[in-house]
Amino acid sequence: MGLGAYVAVSAALFGLGIVAIITRRNVLYILMGIEMILNAANINFVAFNRFGDNGLDGRMFAIFTIILAAAEAAVALAIVLNVFHLFSSVKPSEADLLRE
Amino acid sequence: MDQQTLQRIFYGALGLILLVVLGGGLAAAGWPGAAFALFAFMTLGGGLVCIWERSVVRSAFALMSTFMGIAGLFILLESDFLAMAQILIYVGGILALLLFGVMLTPPDMSERKLGRVLPGLGIVGLAILWVGLKVAATAKWAVQGAPLDGRADGPISSAEAIGVGFLAVDQYVVAFELAAIVLTVALVAAVYIARRRLSDVQPSRTRAGEVG
Repeated sequence: MGLGAYVAVSAALFGLGIVAIITRRNVLYILMGIEMILNAANINFVAFNRFGDNGLDGRMFAIFTIILAAAEAAVALAIVLNVFHLFSSVKPSEADLLRE
Repeated sequence: MDQQTLQRIFYGALGLILLVVLGGGLAAAGWPGAAFALFAFMTLGGGLVCIWERSVVRSAFALMSTFMGIAGLFILLESDFLAMAQILIYVGGILALLLFGVMLTPPDMSERKLGRVLPGLGIVGLAILWVGLKVAATAKWAVQGAPLDGRADGPISSAEAIGVGFLAVDQYVVAFELAAIVLTVALVAAVYIARRRLSDVQPSRTRAGEVG
């Protein structure tokens, strides 16, 4: 399996993540879509690192992406809980306090 | 067409795709090809099911298949440490966090109306997919290493090199420390944001001057 196959899987996963973000109204689905997109980027990092000759840079980038994704998920969930507490809804379109 | 038939058609098609993809991978590149096909199917099939299912819990578990498939792809790419980290952090951590979110938020009954906007957005997704696959298939990459089954001495573990890279002064130690600071700040902030104020829980027992 060459580089192209991995890049194709990554592209398809990125597309799925975008679709998950724009078709769903629930915040949790948006978080899942973001995770898919970050994972697609990770596949690209590791694949290019494996097939290239640039030491360990790609794999290190992938590790830091995973770390930041973990931090992002924790903070995002805390924000979702707070938004639900304030608006009694998990739809991002209903958190419109500044519009009034 | 009612929901149940749609569901059956979707999962039947998914099973057929699995068989076709496995057979194609086996025919094209032998067992490494079949393994790649299996992991790629787990990744993309999990993503598809995640988008398709209406229940958040089912979507979260479909996402587990995606993360496991990506861990498999990492192993095929000789990144065993990353595969382990992927399973530990994504399946064990982020997915559990998402399921906590599912438990703490109510079911969203309005999801069923979204079938109307789905075709248009499906076209957008397909367009992104098509562009990505086109680029992946036709681009002339500047880097072209040996294919995975071309090594004579077996796969190489990258775990030790990554560990040394984290701690060696001339490599990634600054980024490592920064990541530690970011994680600490983010997790403390998450706890601070998500905490319930005492006044929300027990209004009668809150004394004046008591906050938090």
